[in-house]
Amino acid sequence: MNQTDVKGWRGWQKIRYESDLDPNLANEIASIPGGAQLYSCIQCGTCSGMCPLSSYMDYTPRRIIAMIRAGFKGEVLTSYTTWLCASCYACTVECPSEIAITDIMYAVKRMAIRTGAYPGRFPTPVLAEEFFKSVERNGRSSEGRLLMRFFARTNPLKMLKQAGLGWKLLRRGRISMKRESIRRRPELHKIMQALEHEHMIELETADRGMR
Amino acid sequence: MKYLYYPGCSLKSTGRAYEESLLETFAALDRPLSELNDWNCCGATAYMSVSELKAFALCARNFALAERQVGTGEECNLVVPCAACYLGLVKARRYLDEYPKIRRKVRTALAAAGLEYNSHTRVRHPLDVLLRDVGVDALRARQVRSLEGLRVACYYGCQLVRPYADFDDAHRPTTMDELLQALGAETVDWPLKTRCCGGSLTGTIQDVGLRLSQVLLSEAIKRGCNVVATACPLCQFNLECYQTAMSRRFHLTVDIPVVYFTQLVGLSLGVHPRRLGLNRLFVPFDFESAAPAEEVVAHG
Repeated sequence: MNQTDVKGWRGWQKIRYESDLDPNLANEIASIPGGAQLYSCIQCGTCSGMCPLSSYMDYTPRRIIAMIRAGFKGEVLTSYTTWLCASCYACTVECPSEIAITDIMYAVKRMAIRTGAYPGRFPTPVLAEEFFKSVERNGRSSEGRLLMRFFARTNPLKMLKQAGLGWKLLRRGRISMKRESIRRRPELHKIMQALEHEHMIELETADRGMR
Repeated sequence: MKYLYYPGCSLKSTGRAYEESLLETFAALDRPLSELNDWNCCGATAYMSVSELKAFALCARNFALAERQVGTGEECNLVVPCAACYLGLVKARRYLDEYPKIRRKVRTALAAAGLEYNSHTRVRHPLDVLLRDVGVDALRARQVRSLEGLRVACYYGCQLVRPYADFDDAHRPTTMDELLQALGAETVDWPLKTRCCGGSLTGTIQDVGLRLSQVLLSEAIKRGCNVVATACPLCQFNLECYQTAMSRRFHLTVDIPVVYFTQLVGLSLGVHPRRLGLNRLFVPFDFESAAPAEEVVAHG
């Protein structure tokens, strides 16, 4: 398998050759602020034990850390694990090696979005994308509109199932279809453009046409 | 030291009652809060999953606006009730302080829009402000109704105390318990008070999200509470609005009012329930029968 072409990855192989692994994966992940702690993982499993969601994950957090270090790029980027992480930071607080596991999960999510490797029809990355788009444009998220777009992209039928809840929220004034926005949008756009323009961040969003 | 209020997106929609009760409570304490002008999103969880640096820049714009609004050089306390916003802003503040590279990039980007960030902003949660700045004595002096009769399960949720909060313990937080106890309520011992409620998973992968919320509520009910108090709009939404769904899904009865801690504080200060947004609840909370009125206190 081509190292960089994670899209071409075809399922989980039980045995991986050294040459199939991506030795750079760990370095890339470790380059986030405080990320170097990744190398001090002792595989104790405290993270997986603390995680309220590990029983739903395809790889537990402990395994994800080990796989990052070993270079299992395809498995890591296509896994559901990071998209089940609710960012509750239980693992981060308990980790005896003080690894910022939640931040590593974020780094994996960003890499998966950037390369387009994330599980495509899984709802969480879709929500992240839609949320990001609306904030980039308007500076704020409009919960009602966000949910409409989210359901339209993932499962329009589910929207009907949620209609009862939506109606109850509407009646209590807890949701609206109004577009929320800041007043000085150009100011925000200038900040975002400056960040991109100076090549100060990798164009994390460019290859997916997300802007 | 000046205070500015940062609502965040949720407190303008699903969490409206949180905003209403917070503002009413602070007004009743003669400390009216004014809103940060033209605030933008904090770059919470879902945004952070796409770009971290942009999330920090979003937060920095808020800080810059806050510093401008209180006047240059003055220390500003940004009161942030939403747990996700609180974490996002505290995190950004930390990273901007600790990593010169991030600070430089963000400051350059802000300068392109004529804004300046000078680290004069402190991010504070209302629990912290009510307990430490206002203080129990001042609260009691204004109290008109005791919360006696309430057995509250205090739910802090995850992002409020983890991993950065400096005002409470990450493992066994107590600030909400202290606050409500001081106003006469009893708080139940409930070990799940910082366990995750599922966050946005209740919307995205519903089975999993419902399970996480249900575990919390079932245990709280078992521990004998008659109301759950929260400090986060998403926790409140998950724990309250999905109770019928979880009862149906897991074949059990989950039926317990879930309110914001500010609503309880507001009630004890004598604010009308409607002005605290209690009419917006799905599961009605009957304060009058839970904490009967003959328990009037006269602290002066």
